[in-house]
Amino acid sequence: MIKKFDKKDEESGSGSNPFQHLEKSAVLQEARIFNETPINPRRCLHILTKIIYLLNQGEHFGTTEATEAFFAMTRLFQSNDQTLRRMCYLTIKEMANISEDVIIVTSSLTKDMTGKEDVYRGPAIRALCRITDTTMLQAIERYMKQAIVDKVPSVSSSALVSSLHMVKMSFDVVKRWVNEAQEAASSDNIMVQYHALGLLYHLRKNDRLAVTKMLNKFTKSGLKSPFAYCMMIRIASKLLEETEGGHDSPLFDFIESCLRNKHEMVVYEAASAIVHMPKCTARELAPAVSVLQLFCSSPKAALRYAAVRTLNKVAMKHPSAVTACNLDLENLITDSNRSIATLAITTLLKTGSESSVDRLMKQISSFVSEISDEFKVVVVQAISALCQKYPRKHSVMMNFLSNMLRDDGGFEYKRAIVDCIISIIEENPESKETGLAHLCEFIEDCEHTVLATKILHMLGKEGPRTPTPSKYIRFIFNRVVLESEAVRAAAVSALAKFGAQNDDLLPSVLVLMQRCMMDSDDEVRDRATFYMNVLQQKQKALNAAYIFNGLSVSVPGLEKSLHQYTLEPSEKPFDMKTVPLATAPITEQKTEIAPMATSKLPEKLAPARQDIYQEQLAAIPEFKGLGPLFKSSEPVQLTEAETEYVVRCIKHTFGNHMIFQFDCTNTLNDQLLQRVQVQMEPSESYEVLHYVPAPSLHYSQPNSCYSLVRLPEDDPTAVSCTFSCTMKYLVRDCDPNTGEPDDDGYDDEYVLEDLEVTVADHIQKVLKPNFGAAWEEIGDEFEKEETFALATVRTLDEAVNNIISFLGMQPCERSDKVAENKNSHVLFLAGVFRGGHDVLVRARLALADGVTMQVTVRSTDENVVDVILASVG
Amino acid sequence: MDTLILEPSLYTVKAVLIMDNDGERLYAKYYDDTYPTVKEQKAFEKNIFNKTHRTDSEIALLEGLTVVYKSNIDLYFYVIGSSHENELMLMSVLNCLFDSLSQMLRKNVEKRALLENMEGLFLAIDEIVDGGLEEQQLSKIEIFCNIINVFIINFDQFKASLLNKSINLYNFYNNIIF
Repeated sequence: MIKKFDKKDEESGSGSNPFQHLEKSAVLQEARIFNETPINPRRCLHILTKIIYLLNQGEHFGTTEATEAFFAMTRLFQSNDQTLRRMCYLTIKEMANISEDVIIVTSSLTKDMTGKEDVYRGPAIRALCRITDTTMLQAIERYMKQAIVDKVPSVSSSALVSSLHMVKMSFDVVKRWVNEAQEAASSDNIMVQYHALGLLYHLRKNDRLAVTKMLNKFTKSGLKSPFAYCMMIRIASKLLEETEGGHDSPLFDFIESCLRNKHEMVVYEAASAIVHMPKCTARELAPAVSVLQLFCSSPKAALRYAAVRTLNKVAMKHPSAVTACNLDLENLITDSNRSIATLAITTLLKTGSESSVDRLMKQISSFVSEISDEFKVVVVQAISALCQKYPRKHSVMMNFLSNMLRDDGGFEYKRAIVDCIISIIEENPESKETGLAHLCEFIEDCEHTVLATKILHMLGKEGPRTPTPSKYIRFIFNRVVLESEAVRAAAVSALAKFGAQNDDLLPSVLVLMQRCMMDSDDEVRDRATFYMNVLQQKQKALNAAYIFNGLSVSVPGLEKSLHQYTLEPSEKPFDMKTVPLATAPITEQKTEIAPMATSKLPEKLAPARQDIYQEQLAAIPEFKGLGPLFKSSEPVQLTEAETEYVVRCIKHTFGNHMIFQFDCTNTLNDQLLQRVQVQMEPSESYEVLHYVPAPSLHYSQPNSCYSLVRLPEDDPTAVSCTFSCTMKYLVRDCDPNTGEPDDDGYDDEYVLEDLEVTVADHIQKVLKPNFGAAWEEIGDEFEKEETFALATVRTLDEAVNNIISFLGMQPCERSDKVAENKNSHVLFLAGVFRGGHDVLVRARLALADGVTMQVTVRSTDENVVDVILASVG
Repeated sequence: MDTLILEPSLYTVKAVLIMDNDGERLYAKYYDDTYPTVKEQKAFEKNIFNKTHRTDSEIALLEGLTVVYKSNIDLYFYVIGSSHENELMLMSVLNCLFDSLSQMLRKNVEKRALLENMEGLFLAIDEIVDGGLEEQQLSKIEIFCNIINVFIINFDQFKASLLNKSINLYNFYNNIIF
């Protein structure tokens, strides 16, 4: 069989794979020769190789067959063939998770790890530790300790590495080997040193003092291994971050001194550590940047890549610091490695001046087709950032982006471009028309449903407000004719917005709607019928409520409420106001700046957060019948960062009640707290109804206790209140090592910082895409207006930010951004007050000596208007 | 991009891959759960291979991971780590792997020779990387010599017997070992 393959190979002249057509069952069949005496090492070796090869190809082995092969393999320990024995170790490691009863080889391995053959000892230790569990570990502890301090580097290294794997499983046992690891750390072998340092750190990482001591010791005595230095740099920078140590700390000096190390690896690690420090000034960056600059001209591609990538990160925060490297970076644009070239160019885009933009863009277009999608996305992001910096260059960028949009590319890439164009349109009104035209052209031939619907939505939002809305109708209606259901439905919604906004287009839109009502898809028909009927009413308020500003409730919340409603049949119609509101898309403003990868996550998580709280609270019997959760605040810290107990509070607002959730963490490992509750003393007529204590608080395991407070019903304007909080609990001292508590404890209390409830806790942010329409919809029935002088505020920006954070409402129409060099600004805010009343605020700001503010509030409820005005004043 | 501070850890390597010039997996070992199923792994390998086999540029960023690679005749070697990892460390793992293989295969690093010494490869990678930790590194070469010596001794024995029987040396070697 094997011979045949070889002959074939020679004929074809190429090395084909002798393992290609391996059958699992045949190989396992062959494994029977393991049982033959005398053992034929060469054949057995070959079969073991085949088994490992199969495992490696992702072949699945059943437990029985794996166990059978494993047991047969154990016989091979009788042979003294070196390679065969080492392949046995490898097989044990590979099979440790598939086969049963692997521990039967323990004694053979123990023998090998203490034997005379150094070649066997390292691998034997590693194999042994793979099959050992916590209880067995005690038995081999003595050998492990010996092995860690062994003279032979491979044995010591193996033991250290294995210990590190074991830390996850049985921290307590491995912790006893600290002294041995300490000894190994002063070994002459560089790998032993590195591994010992790694183990020591993992054993001590919860004890900041010990880590600091360890660092001090090694920084003084010096290390041989460049890997160990890299590790030290990481530990030091982590420690710096945790302690928020200034840049005069000895740790920083150590990192900086590593910039002069003779190993490139260490120098790079140190430079990268400095660059990644959160509060680094340009002066401190300078030495790091200059070593990176040197690396830019290194012959090693990996080093150039590392340097440019790090410089790219510096450029995001301190573009001026990188300017010195511009010349080196320009040389890298022609680098044969496209990844390096792209990074260089995006860095240059960030640091370059306005005049160099055109030239750089030309250079990018010359090679953009050759790089991977990941890097194309990086380029697009750089362009997006550039557009924000130099809004006047938008025409060059727009052209470039539209060319890129026409090229081939994956979904992520196209999405990045579309996002970028959309953000340019939103930022810069001048570019709106060209941008929309490019997008229209793109959806003519777009295979990605998600992007098409997104663009249609954008067209519906921005299109009607352009000077010639009629030209977009054709593009939109083409979609209705040509595309899949989802896109058709989105196109219908976009059309409706044109009809609602532009009276002269309304008749044509109605005709188009009529055609859509005969669509083959029910969603499209439903939408068309719905919009048709709304549009025919010709009422601004209806248009505003049902076409411009959609539902603002959270979708999972709505689903749950509807489900609840169908379970309990009642005469009452379903009340929309009982549905929890969607947390306004807080991330929306940030996405254009943040990179794609990070911006994706919060969008998914943010709406879910409140639903999670809702479920958690609903599970507590005391909190039944409070109605739906209206709003959950961001956590408020009630203690300093480094105290014995860390407490933070989340305020949950309901219709007439509030629940305060205190997340407490005990940072003392010699105490167990029980019956923990937070006593609250309100300053106003708030009434504390219930305390739900946390039964126990173990060391570093957070737990929550709750307080239920009824809001004053007779005085709806009392929205703000200060609570003085005291944490009360029963302390039981316990053994820091075992966690075993003493029998008796004593009561104690701990004073927390005051907790404030403000008007923002009663208002949920809601985004009204079309503020003007919403403003008209509510009407002026309960409108009130007042003028305030903000004497302490110096700029419009500051005033706008203060108002937004104070009221906790959602800025609409991008009115949170104040145009530069202006003396007046209008801020639009939207929200929903507790109980389901819409609130809109229009604040006209004028800058004189201080800032003068005229606030107009509209709401569906008079009280709410009063509350807001009262709290502003 | 992010102010993430690296958790000091010895877990450097996420995966080691060796592929042939058709992008077929010859060796693949994943040390964490970035790609838990074989299907995802193969898709990832395909992506890597497509992006890298035409260029000889040593390093790339793919699917948010840093990939350092090297090709020789009909073999492609890859070492993969997190994108926050020190690229030079990954490079040193790759170099170590390549150097030890080239020593073992006596500078003849190509697919056929590698497949004939598969167990040597398995043992080498086991020595270099243990569960994602860099192991042995430079010092491993001494250890490695042990395996190589075994091979060379065997080989010499064959040669002696072969000369007597005047059979094609190369063929015989192949048939005996595999």
